[in-house]
Amino acid sequence: MGMTITEKILAAHAGKDVVRPGEIHMVKVDVNLANELSAALAIDEFKKIEGASRIKDPKTAVFVPDHFTPNKDITTAKLVQRVREFALDQEAIWFEIGRAGIEHCVLPQNGLVGPGDLIIGGDSHTTTYGALGAFATGVGSTDVAVAWAIGETWLKVPPTIKFVYKGAVRPWVVGKDVILFTIGKITVDGATYKAMEFHGEALATMPFASRFSMANMSIEAGAKNGIFHVDELTREFLAGVHKEGYTEYQSDPDADYDDVIEIDVSDIEPQVAYPSLPGNAHPISEAPKVRVDQVVIGTCTNGWIEDMRQAADVLRGQKVAMGLRCIIVPGSQIVYKQALKEGLIDVFAEADCIVSTSTCGPCIGGHMGVLGDDEVCVSTTNRNFVGRMGARSAQIYLANPAVAAASAVAGELTGPESIVGSRAPVPIDREPVAA
Amino acid sequence: MNKLRGRVWKYGPDINTDVIIPGRYCHITEPKELAKYCMADLDPEFVNKMSPGDIIVAGGNFGCGSSREVAPLSIKATGTAAVVAPSFARIFYRNAINIGFPIFESTEAYDRINEGDEVEIDPDAGEIRDLTTGETFKSGAFPEFVQEIMAKGGLSRYAEERLAAGV
Ligand code: SF4
Repeated sequence: MGMTITEKILAAHAGKDVVRPGEIHMVKVDVNLANELSAALAIDEFKKIEGASRIKDPKTAVFVPDHFTPNKDITTAKLVQRVREFALDQEAIWFEIGRAGIEHCVLPQNGLVGPGDLIIGGDSHTTTYGALGAFATGVGSTDVAVAWAIGETWLKVPPTIKFVYKGAVRPWVVGKDVILFTIGKITVDGATYKAMEFHGEALATMPFASRFSMANMSIEAGAKNGIFHVDELTREFLAGVHKEGYTEYQSDPDADYDDVIEIDVSDIEPQVAYPSLPGNAHPISEAPKVRVDQVVIGTCTNGWIEDMRQAADVLRGQKVAMGLRCIIVPGSQIVYKQALKEGLIDVFAEADCIVSTSTCGPCIGGHMGVLGDDEVCVSTTNRNFVGRMGARSAQIYLANPAVAAASAVAGELTGPESIVGSRAPVPIDREPVAA
Repeated sequence: MNKLRGRVWKYGPDINTDVIIPGRYCHITEPKELAKYCMADLDPEFVNKMSPGDIIVAGGNFGCGSSREVAPLSIKATGTAAVVAPSFARIFYRNAINIGFPIFESTEAYDRINEGDEVEIDPDAGEIRDLTTGETFKSGAFPEFVQEIMAKGGLSRYAEERLAAGV
């Protein structure tokens, strides 16, 4: 019997020819990520491990301070300081703000992760890198510390669910909608402990960033990892970030799947996940016209340049509704600079949006846009749990950047057509050619 | 492992780590401090009404969402003896094992045990006994490797052995 791409990567890192779902193996870790929060706990744990004083392979250890940076207050400043000192002292890879951004955009854009890699991270959205044909999963701080010490971690080989997306996406539909629809269909624990393997002709009808959004949110269905096969679009992305020397794995035709789910994306409208579960997805045409207080566009789910272009397509020449805050969070400094170059930041500023530094801030209810009591937010982030972005009574609707931008202009939850009419969206998968 | 015994606090399914320990407290690493905010956005009264030794019984997919290890740490720090649920989200499951916090999987226990019941758990036998109703439930056994990690007292102890052996 053949193996899936996930099984092949795990086998290669366990030094085995074959692995099967359910088996537990010690596997070699290629990249071990920590943000300032998971790192702080991991450092405490690392110091308690007898016999460990140096990170075994410091070039595999990546640190990105993004959750409460730029430092929100003295407590978080001290915490970041502690992590920075440790990372520099260990000669690990440290991303200071200004060169960084949100971890899950930073790693791919700096060529640190690629096909065939085994990546763990002290952040659940580490699954993002599956977009590049890597095995990537979130772990806790003790796992991070132990992998610093011994260069390995333990993993249970997950069964794989194969998702086959047919057809072509409709105007304004991106990977965010496809994954929200998928989670809505299989529910928030529909893939618990499992791998989600994404296939199908429809993938070629979406911008490349859609794969990052989908792999990112595979954890929202409980998955261990989400993974795509490498194709021309992947190779183009990798060439753009100077990533070389990677291994492309492919699932065997006779690989064993836990389930195969076919979805025709031409049936999917832009989706909205109502409070307070990401699986609470509904088509925008059925969504209630709730009044909105805040809109957040960006972060690690939809903070890619394609997302900035989609938001700008709706916001160009418009104004944010009176009494509403629209916060744009480019996923990284690289995205921010590209958006500047393309004139998108001007579009946002002219529309009365605020362009934030690249930080997790609002997504985690930390700073830079925390919600008050009973406030309603339309957000392109990945979680709409109770209290996630601030007050317990605040309500979060998850959507794609076009829906979020349209809602910012209308002042109520709505789709892009209500702002731009029936004109076709501007293609977002290519840098626009200067007129 | 010793038997655990305490009063049950019951919660529903899909309890996520954001409500267990909200993002605004995630920079805290001191267990005593973390304990103060345990379940802050699910049941702010939890930390006042519970006593050390009590047991949480909750619905499936417990601990979904973020990878924050402070979630099981904060529960452990309150003195809660264990969490029983039909299933756990995978990172929470991992974290609980790695930090040596007892968790037990049982759908029946969730269906049958009521809030306020007195429950006794025999970890070695994988038995959950509701002393109030007299019913007993079986919890699934952990994989061998996981049992080994727990027996050693957590993943870090395993790493120490590896380091000492020079492999
Ligand atoms: S932007 Fe939000 S989901 Fe992404 S890494 Fe930051 S806190 Fe996590």
